[in-house]
Amino acid sequence: MTAPPIPPAAQPDWLTAGKREGRVFSTLCWLSTWSSVAILAVLLSGIIYQAWGWLDWQFLTSFDSQRFPAKAGILAGLWGTFWTILITILVAVPVGVGAAVYLEEFGRNDRLSRIIQVNLSNLAGVPSIVYGILGLTAFSRMFGLFGEQGLIKTTGIRWLGLDIPLPFGNTVVAGALTLALMILPVIIVASQEALRAVPPSIRHAALALGATKWQMVSHQVLPAALPGIMTGVILAISRAMGEAAPLILVGATTFVLYAPGDISSLSDIKDNPTGLLKAPFDTFTVMPIQIFNWAQQAKADFREHVAAAGIVVLLAMLLLLNATAIIVRNRSQRKMKY
Amino acid sequence: MAHSFTNVAANRPPTPPKGPATAAVAPAGQTPPQVTKFEVRDLSFFYGATQALFSVNLSIPQQSVTALIGPSGCGKSTFLRVLNRMNDIIEDTRVLGTALLEGIDIYGPLVDVVALRKRVGMVFQKSTPFPKSIFDNIAFGPRIAGVRDKAVLAETVETSLVRAALWGEVKDRLQDSALALSGGQQQRLCIARALATNPDVLLMDEPASALDPASTARVEDLIFELKQNYTIVIVTHNMQQAARVSDSTAFFYNGKLIEFGDTRQLFTKPREQQTEDYITGRFG
Amino acid sequence: MSPEPLPVRTASSAGLLAKRFTLQRVIERIIRGLLFLCALVSIVTTLGIVIALLAETVIPLPSTGGSRPFFQDVSLWTFFTDTQWSPNFAGDQQHFGILPLLCGTFLIAGIAAMVGLPIGILSAVYLSEYASPRVRSVIKPVLELLAGVPSVVYGYFALTVITPYVLRPIFQNGLGLTVDIYNALSPGIVVGIMILPMVCSLSEDALRAVPRSLREAGYALGSTKYDVSAKVVLPAAVSGIIASFLLAVSRAIGETMAVAMAGPNLPRFTLNPLSGGQTMTSFIASISMGETPIGTVEYKSMYAVALCLFCITLAMNVISQWVMRRYREAYQ
Repeated sequence: MTAPPIPPAAQPDWLTAGKREGRVFSTLCWLSTWSSVAILAVLLSGIIYQAWGWLDWQFLTSFDSQRFPAKAGILAGLWGTFWTILITILVAVPVGVGAAVYLEEFGRNDRLSRIIQVNLSNLAGVPSIVYGILGLTAFSRMFGLFGEQGLIKTTGIRWLGLDIPLPFGNTVVAGALTLALMILPVIIVASQEALRAVPPSIRHAALALGATKWQMVSHQVLPAALPGIMTGVILAISRAMGEAAPLILVGATTFVLYAPGDISSLSDIKDNPTGLLKAPFDTFTVMPIQIFNWAQQAKADFREHVAAAGIVVLLAMLLLLNATAIIVRNRSQRKMKY
Repeated sequence: MAHSFTNVAANRPPTPPKGPATAAVAPAGQTPPQVTKFEVRDLSFFYGATQALFSVNLSIPQQSVTALIGPSGCGKSTFLRVLNRMNDIIEDTRVLGTALLEGIDIYGPLVDVVALRKRVGMVFQKSTPFPKSIFDNIAFGPRIAGVRDKAVLAETVETSLVRAALWGEVKDRLQDSALALSGGQQQRLCIARALATNPDVLLMDEPASALDPASTARVEDLIFELKQNYTIVIVTHNMQQAARVSDSTAFFYNGKLIEFGDTRQLFTKPREQQTEDYITGRFG
Repeated sequence: MSPEPLPVRTASSAGLLAKRFTLQRVIERIIRGLLFLCALVSIVTTLGIVIALLAETVIPLPSTGGSRPFFQDVSLWTFFTDTQWSPNFAGDQQHFGILPLLCGTFLIAGIAAMVGLPIGILSAVYLSEYASPRVRSVIKPVLELLAGVPSVVYGYFALTVITPYVLRPIFQNGLGLTVDIYNALSPGIVVGIMILPMVCSLSEDALRAVPRSLREAGYALGSTKYDVSAKVVLPAAVSGIIASFLLAVSRAIGETMAVAMAGPNLPRFTLNPLSGGQTMTSFIASISMGETPIGTVEYKSMYAVALCLFCITLAMNVISQWVMRRYREAYQ
């Protein structure tokens, strides 16, 4: 004869009390996390939907149009972004990496280095529009030192065949220098981390072989840190590419019907090579500002579709940059691990 | 069992006579008088406020192997690093007394540290190949000394690898990454790298402690060969190794040099009680 | 078989003595000097920002023909207490009270905080305490992507998607409230999305810095995962989380493009999120794009507002760093 079944143990209250609370909490956490994915999905799909049919070769190769959305193009912004970012890189990367090398290798425990370090954290938190004010005052208007009403009455100088306007005004150079100062803290911090990741044993080994400090840095430490530095630089550049506020302050115009230096295609370079020298000192616009301009227009087609097409171009370029950074990072990690 | 290494020391064949460089020629059966390479007088060393070495007096003979033994933290590695001024890169250190390399005070104001380190090479405990090719690892020293000629570099690389007994194993893959070598090979690579700057002194800080017994034996054979041409100072916590490999041994304890003498004599009939206590395993 | 013995080197041939002025040494000193200058650039930048902000407000620039700096024309008292901001009006319609701009800024920043902070911190808890490595490997790139989207894109999204397709249906058609085309709620939401990745990443760092032993002690006392996460780990990381909040709100205050595109154009002293008022950043951008002549007091008001903005964000950043430093010792 079988014994009667044992009833299940009654769960006392104190054991289950917290469980519902816990489930609500963990569900909230789960929801929050996946909502980011949902937001990104909605964002991207919304933009692609609006840009559909409006992003074509004509869009990439024409200049803007004030009245006809179908004829508008992003060519001016593409070239403007190209020149601006090029000069930004040429300025910010050597200065940034150089500063990081100094802070990590030569001035390790200086009082000055610690001040610089604190200063960098503060600079990273300054709003981009304040950098715009800096660019406006220091580069565009140069503190009023030059110009027709300035202390030094000149409107420009000729140097090495270049016509350099003084003050810089609303030119590519002024914008690029502003962006360079803005991304400098990012590059310095990323490079410092890359340099720190190089094991000290490599430094000791190099010194024990009779290397001077600079030889140790340039032959062993920098090459080993290079992938990390490049990743940081690429991320800084992609940040600069998306910025509009500082450039608006510096004077990048919203509606522009030419590319800097009048170079808007490769054949232009052949026909008019001096345009290459004029481009950095020309007025300009960049992709984010063109997008901003289109989104302010009254006509719905500009506001909704042309702007979206511009955004897709911008995002595609940023995606390309970030993918490059990830590939560089992965390849270098494979090389260092044996 | 506790005295097995003394037997090792006692049974080792006598050191072969030195090359023609030394002034005195040894009469058969006797070790020739030593020429001093490094002389250290009243050397004290401080890490900040802490004193790590107390008035050390030591003469390191040329073209021989001198072992520095002692328990952990006794200052032997610190002393080693005094000889090529690697302690300079540590903050807040101080050196008192003199260290003479062939009569020149290496801490003198006119001495070029970089030139010193090219003459006094160092091999570290954990092998530290650069993340570059085997060739570039070895060529680094000559390159920063200014050698540009590719033929000269190639020859230097080959000579160094031959001297480090690694040439046969890597001669076909000099462009491969140095990180792909085994632990023992990497350490011999580091030795070859140190030899490429043509030093006359080689400092080795526990060079085989991270290696398996087979690799250790190869490194020890290498040291034995190298001493014909180089002055070698080796720090080791392994007394058998010291007994096997060295001609003279210095025993450090708590930052003081307790005893220094011929290896066989130190291990079989030490003069100081502390030395005897250490080698018989009463402490350390 | 062993190599040839080396010749004995005497002291003089040793080359041990320093050659002070070789070309190499000179080059190295120059290089070191150049690197030092590079490091100084960041200090020069800070000085530049300070001077640029003080120019026109306190120190006159030469090019403005020596005209008076802003705070000589407008007293600090008026600046901070007047409730109207209308620099472009003439005569006695011209007011320079920054309160409406401050109100507009903090309204949008407040909405952003209400959106971004909770989602950010809850996501951080999930990633740090609950999520598997596979989930983390999906979510973290998504967050990086969200953080990398430029603010003009968010502004576009607020203006052309959120206001017409989300806010208007809910509030105007559904509840009968007027939703301005350029309101505060729409940019507030997207700025919240913008700061979300920052909150999540910094909070997650703070949570992960809590030592494992604390969690294990909690579990050993019979706590559930919820107990440990919410009642042990979260309180232990609270200083880092507060620091991340301050940094995120500071970022929201300084945001320009999204509010310039989708936010209000007129300064209004209101807390109604469906209309709202112009922010400090939006005002600076609009003056800069407008026709206001350089040297006028209206133009200089742009600098005064920028100075105020800089001081607020700097103060928040400094406090955030102080919080981090002050409470970090707890674990060392």
